[in-house]
Amino acid sequence: MVTLYHYLLLSSVVFALGAATVVFRKNAVGVLVGVELILNAANINFVAFSRYTEHVMPLAGVSQPVALDGQVFAIFVMILAACEAAIALAIIINIFNRFGSIDVDEPSSLRG
Amino acid sequence: MSGELVVFWCLATLVVLSAATAAFARSIVNAAYALFFSLLGIAGVYALLGADFLAVSQVVIYVGGIVVLVLFGILLTNRSLEELLQSKRRSQWLALVVGGGILAVQLAVLIGAIWPLRPETPAGSTTAPLGVLLLQKYVIPFEFASLTLLVALIGASYLVRRRERD
Repeated sequence: MVTLYHYLLLSSVVFALGAATVVFRKNAVGVLVGVELILNAANINFVAFSRYTEHVMPLAGVSQPVALDGQVFAIFVMILAACEAAIALAIIINIFNRFGSIDVDEPSSLRG
Repeated sequence: MSGELVVFWCLATLVVLSAATAAFARSIVNAAYALFFSLLGIAGVYALLGADFLAVSQVVIYVGGIVVLVLFGILLTNRSLEELLQSKRRSQWLALVVGGGILAVQLAVLIGAIWPLRPETPAGSTTAPLGVLLLQKYVIPFEFASLTLLVALIGASYLVRRRERD
């Protein structure tokens, strides 16, 4: 029997690995990979809670045994992740054109 | 041990091993391919949770879109082959301390928390109720999300345009 705690354990491990990726990589695309892992860990939590917790909300016209609000939130997270990936890659390509490298320690010309 | 549990542990092993590869691989290209398998495993986890629409969206958006975008980003921004095969990284101890610390805090919260659980497991497709929910209860956020997506894509193409005079 798979319980909510199995999914929460999986998502905490994925979240920790994503955070480790963000601090470990110097390559800006590698940092982006870590951010994607973190967002996916949050999504697993949303969907798991929407499946397992007691929160039934009646909805007009549709017989619905389960509250799907968590899945709607997961869809919004996916949409925003797509936006974030597109913008981040545009910024990374600009940084590469200006500094000749996407090492996240390189672009320090704005430091005070 | 039920079949569901076996499938869950197989998927969890795939997701965690490939996420660890994405985190600690020497080559950034290997990290992107590991991200591919990790996201595919997470799509399987959604299917196991009964979220069929989300599983398909995960494959289409993440596996088909974002991983390809990340690979494009890698190949457009490298100077040499050895930079691709051996990307620069910080010390492993820093990553282990940060990751381990976050994991410890999360597990401490997880062990102490109690949620009101539902006993039976629901069945059936979630696509139609999700559509109703998106167009009734969440219609304003849904429209704002589409506007955000449009603005982000226009902004991204503006950011990477070729400058005439510089």
